[in-house]
Amino acid sequence: MDRIEHSVIDSLLQALQSRGYVTIGPTARNGAIVCDEIHSASDLPIGITDEQSPATYRLKSGNNHLSFGYVLSPVSWKRFLVPPVLTLFKAVKTSDGFRITNETSAPDTPPQPRKLAFIGVRPCDLQALTLLDKVFLGDRYTDPYYKAQREQLFLIVVNCTKAGGTCFCGSMGTGPTAKAGYDIALTEMDRKEGAFFLIDSGSEKGAEVMRELDRRKAAPEEILAADEASVRTRASMGRTLETDHLKEILADNPEHPRWDVVAGRCLTCANCTMVCPTCFCSTVEDVTDLTGKNVERVRKWDSCFTMDFSYIHGGSVRATPKSRYRQWVTHKLSSWVDQYGDFGCVGCGRCITWCPVGIDITEEACAIRENHQTVLPHP
Amino acid sequence: MKQKRKPKLAVWKFASCDGCQLSLLDCEDQLLDVTAEVDIANFPEASRAVAKGPYDLSLVEGSITTPHDAERIHQVRRSSKFLVTIGACATAGGIQALRNFKDVKSFTSLVYASPSYLEVLAKSTPIADHVFVDFQLRGCPINKLQLLEVVNAFLNGRKPNIPGYSVCMECKRKGIICGLVSHGPPCLGPVTQAGCDALCPSYHRGCFGCYGPKETPNTASISEWWMKQGMSDGELLRLFRGFNAYAEAFRKESEAHEE
Repeated sequence: MDRIEHSVIDSLLQALQSRGYVTIGPTARNGAIVCDEIHSASDLPIGITDEQSPATYRLKSGNNHLSFGYVLSPVSWKRFLVPPVLTLFKAVKTSDGFRITNETSAPDTPPQPRKLAFIGVRPCDLQALTLLDKVFLGDRYTDPYYKAQREQLFLIVVNCTKAGGTCFCGSMGTGPTAKAGYDIALTEMDRKEGAFFLIDSGSEKGAEVMRELDRRKAAPEEILAADEASVRTRASMGRTLETDHLKEILADNPEHPRWDVVAGRCLTCANCTMVCPTCFCSTVEDVTDLTGKNVERVRKWDSCFTMDFSYIHGGSVRATPKSRYRQWVTHKLSSWVDQYGDFGCVGCGRCITWCPVGIDITEEACAIRENHQTVLPHP
Repeated sequence: MKQKRKPKLAVWKFASCDGCQLSLLDCEDQLLDVTAEVDIANFPEASRAVAKGPYDLSLVEGSITTPHDAERIHQVRRSSKFLVTIGACATAGGIQALRNFKDVKSFTSLVYASPSYLEVLAKSTPIADHVFVDFQLRGCPINKLQLLEVVNAFLNGRKPNIPGYSVCMECKRKGIICGLVSHGPPCLGPVTQAGCDALCPSYHRGCFGCYGPKETPNTASISEWWMKQGMSDGELLRLFRGFNAYAEAFRKESEAHEE
């Protein structure tokens, strides 16, 4: 574990840019922290914090000079790996069928992967990438677009030293400190004499970049202070979720009266799934031009909250808001475990903050747990 | 080989501002493609030349507000193979349906010197209340790309890609940060059908609900939440009483906030 001064962040960005990476990081825009291309450390949201609670998000000018003093951006990293709209191919009609035209000729579809360096990935979002890897890089079915972009990433995690009002990574075991899966991990430490970072590498390419930076070995008390900040952050999560036997409880209680209660509040607007860093569902649309001779196949982000999502011959399988909300929660916290061996929720809390009516997944899961009909094994 | 007959397209106007049918003329880049594929047989905004029916595709703009129009729409239906309504007037009664919440005579007596000359119905109603409609294209005004998609789907014998989900889906795909959560209400996006490509939120304005209620709209829940945030019954009533005031979900919600 080493220490770098705040001013070294520019050297870090330059080291990445000189290797051909586009540096994507947090920046304040229109009242929110968004993830976009940043050129230097001055683009970071210096001194800005966010306050998050169900259905409310506000930026505040903090009383510090931290670059990563906010908790979590509403924008998750999935949009860089799973673009919201992706043209899969273009084709022209022929006398005996159709011919795909864009394999070599059209440079715009599908997009070529870029060397992207993500600056400021939170530990919960790092776990979200791990979960998406399982979905898109599975043994049997690999998404070639995801794979190509994933291989071009450089991941800089910034560990959390402050929990937000809707955070519950402590319950999901995904934060506030990242354990592995990054190239470089930073912990920003606030000190009266000026903020600094603890820095560590998690991969050979991370170590190689780190060697270029002006750094010194971290003092034992600095490492201890970071550990204490992690413990403090874990203890101050805005939300908690009891995960013990949660998979069984949710799977066994599809008719729990609480589903009706939450369906009365749910707008089925799909915001929760759109902001979720692990929701990966998409729909595929075939689009013709007016002549009917040219066709495009387009993949778009979809959501289990739409009627079309479960539409088959005869109608939508999940016609009621109750069935759609239940589908989403039981997938995140129950059937995802069957599919991928882990919860599909990383505890980032975005679905709570960005639900227009503040529906809280931790509160709903807790309500199902009360009066549940599951026979649990004795401890 | 014999040239295939081009499908005949007709555009009909009822009580409306003409903005939706002008969307067809606004398809500048694609207009020649459209005329190459269809025979524009009746489109008074574009040409006085009128070709006789029957028509393969009729685009109907406007709502039914007079006894004469209530008759005329049946003629349109009879002469049309497919009838597609375009815009908030034709699909929900339009802004003129605000009169549906009052006695129309209280307006005509104020506006006209001799209201007895007027033949006007008590309510402004959508086309689908009068005749069978094959497809309804929402919006005030409609999105020209969606209009092209509907014409296109009709020409190619496929279902139009016109989703019934919320405006929020379009906002999130575009990477727009939710103004409702980050700045405060109102924004009707979560209860409004997509189609405008999140036009107002793209310019930091809340959604006005121009495309009408989305599929399974929960207006009661969002109203209850906003009342907890301090919005009044009067504010909620005005919010839901816009261009789609007479669309069922918005109508019921505004009526729930009447004094």
